[in-house]
Amino acid sequence: MTSTESLIDRRQLSYIAAQAADARLNVELETEGMTLNIGPQHPATHGTLRIIARLDGEQVVWAEPSCGYMHRGYEKLTEVRTYPQVTALVNRIDWLGSFANEVPFILAAEKLMAIEAPPRAQWIRTILFELSRIANVSLFLGDLGVQLGAITPVFMAFRDREYVLNLIEGATGGRFHPNFDRIGGLKEDLPAGFIDETRVVMKKLRNFCDEMENLLFGNEIFQSRTRGIGVIPKDVAMQYGLSGANLRASGVDWDLRRDQTLPMAWNKVDWKVWTHPDGDSFARCWVRLQEVRESTLIVDQLLDDIPSGPVMAKVPRIIKVPEGEAWVSTENPLGEMGYYVVSKGDLGPFRTKIRSASFNNISIVPWVLKGVYVPDIITILASLYFILGDIDR
Amino acid sequence: MSASLLAADLPYWAQALLRVLGGVVAVLLPAGTIVYVFLFKMMSFMQSRLGPMEAGPYGSMQLFAEVGKWLQKEDITPERADRFIFKIAPLVVLMSTFLLVAVVPFGPDAWFTNFEAGVFYMLAVSSVSVLGILIAGWASANKYSLLGGLRAAGQLIAYELPMVLAVIGVIIQAGTMNLQDIVFAQNAGSMFGWDGLGNPYILTQFVGFIIFMIAVQAELTQTPFDMPIAESELVSGYMTEYSGFRFLTFFIAEFATAGVFSLIASVLFLGGWGIPFAWFGWDTMDSVDNWMNVVGPLIMVTKMMLLSFIIMWVRFSYPRFREDQLQRFAWKVLVPVSLVNIMITAILKVAF
Repeated sequence: MTSTESLIDRRQLSYIAAQAADARLNVELETEGMTLNIGPQHPATHGTLRIIARLDGEQVVWAEPSCGYMHRGYEKLTEVRTYPQVTALVNRIDWLGSFANEVPFILAAEKLMAIEAPPRAQWIRTILFELSRIANVSLFLGDLGVQLGAITPVFMAFRDREYVLNLIEGATGGRFHPNFDRIGGLKEDLPAGFIDETRVVMKKLRNFCDEMENLLFGNEIFQSRTRGIGVIPKDVAMQYGLSGANLRASGVDWDLRRDQTLPMAWNKVDWKVWTHPDGDSFARCWVRLQEVRESTLIVDQLLDDIPSGPVMAKVPRIIKVPEGEAWVSTENPLGEMGYYVVSKGDLGPFRTKIRSASFNNISIVPWVLKGVYVPDIITILASLYFILGDIDR
Repeated sequence: MSASLLAADLPYWAQALLRVLGGVVAVLLPAGTIVYVFLFKMMSFMQSRLGPMEAGPYGSMQLFAEVGKWLQKEDITPERADRFIFKIAPLVVLMSTFLLVAVVPFGPDAWFTNFEAGVFYMLAVSSVSVLGILIAGWASANKYSLLGGLRAAGQLIAYELPMVLAVIGVIIQAGTMNLQDIVFAQNAGSMFGWDGLGNPYILTQFVGFIIFMIAVQAELTQTPFDMPIAESELVSGYMTEYSGFRFLTFFIAEFATAGVFSLIASVLFLGGWGIPFAWFGWDTMDSVDNWMNVVGPLIMVTKMMLLSFIIMWVRFSYPRFREDQLQRFAWKVLVPVSLVNIMITAILKVAF
């Protein structure tokens, strides 16, 4: 034992000891990452979404959305409902633009039955569709301010959305859940005075857009918080299957209202698809703002030459959809929303697959949140604009 | 000092009692007024709604209802919290407010303490609230609170510096650090020989005033510098775990500090309690009439409301900075500008 001790150089021993001490010190100094659960109950998640973020200081190393806290099983529920009953379910998917949820399902059923709504019904459908888009996205614009700390814009958004909701309520009887679309047309015609009232409201909404552009989008703090934050390049956006304004903000000129031939009135009027080359949070918000304005113009034009005639095609009293499969998707406020309806010739669908926009839109969250700061998580989530009902449908 | 109506003839304990009561009034009254006038009413009018209307005429009793509500709430301490520190944190924050109000002069004799290093003391005790916020964030044993507390510490320390530097311009111009003397220097002063308005430093120290108000906004963690609180993100940051009376203490401290900082800003830049002394032919502090002890506080409250209005106006209309952006703003914009301001003030002081 003594011989081995003498063999080891004392200097070498002290070197090893110093190394060990250094190593221990390094271990002590090395900061541990922190896992932050954003949600399920969190004001920024519009419901019960949970973002698991692993942080290094304030920087996100890894983030993952965890959804399913609000699963409502609408796909399964449609199998035990008749076709007319399904609209009452599906307009709860994206609860802010609910009429727009009914349309693709009804169109899919109509496609299977090979009937088409009369022109007046198509026109009114398109008007209500755009109105629900305006109601939805104008609230987004206000909510954007709240997420960034400006508390005033949201009240302006609520104020002006109320006018649109009143219009929807006047026509359909329901503020949030109209349940107005029927296979072969609509439940009723427009009420008296709807057209004049709508023109006035559309003007108010355009004023609201100008207001938001001045108050929020022109603000330097807003711009510094959103420009260059959460950039999604074109190819990544396409790979993750983004749709709607999130895709258009990445510079992809893609809008199902224009690119598809559906029995709707969009291709009868003159309007523009807005895109933005940047792909950052600002671009996404900006594109949505322009879309609200464009929607008001669409509605105005549709009101100009709304055809007369019935609003309901001839359909049997008891609706049985012939056997077959149909896929119809439309450009909903949140993005592409589609229904794949499989019918076995019964009163209700055999199977329905709902492709909701938000579910695909938040799939990019792990990619886009990597390396951002904690405050930017909120900005990016707000600009991606999802609705929980649309994720956990 | 002029013949003291109040202080000289009373025994020491009565003076002390009066000062404590006066301090409580001077903290709670601005807090209540600001909360009702700005937080409840002005914010509502800006947001196209009415605000509280039920409790009392135009909801003026709403504040008492709120206080009653908060007092009834359960006082929750998180299980893993550092209990003692968790409990004293709101008091530390409120203490900073009380210490601040101690040096604010409200009239020729209406002051709590009047000593030479008033500005120095004011800047020193205003940073005590950082400690309270930091320990509140730490002791809550909550990740959100911790993030909020750390952000607050970084931000408040960063904005302390521009605040100090902005005040130095005033000190150079007045040649004193006594707040009472600063008030005197502004009201007895003259602009190019014309003394009709005195010489409020907002005119000569305009840059300093702006920097001071920005720094105050940040010290109060009001929007656009409310990253430590960030309701939509950190869910109120360091205040997340507080409820009941302790939350109320934070709440009072927040708005009372807004009021006290407005008072201090009006002392430093707007002439404080004084009206231009030339109007009444006063030329020394002793010659100021005694009725100024009554009018002075009213003038101070008016000026406080004016400055709080600006603070709240900005608060309700702006989005918030990210914390790296606000640090950059403090170190790269405010500090250099205030240094240049000090240099120019010093040169002009020597030249004239």
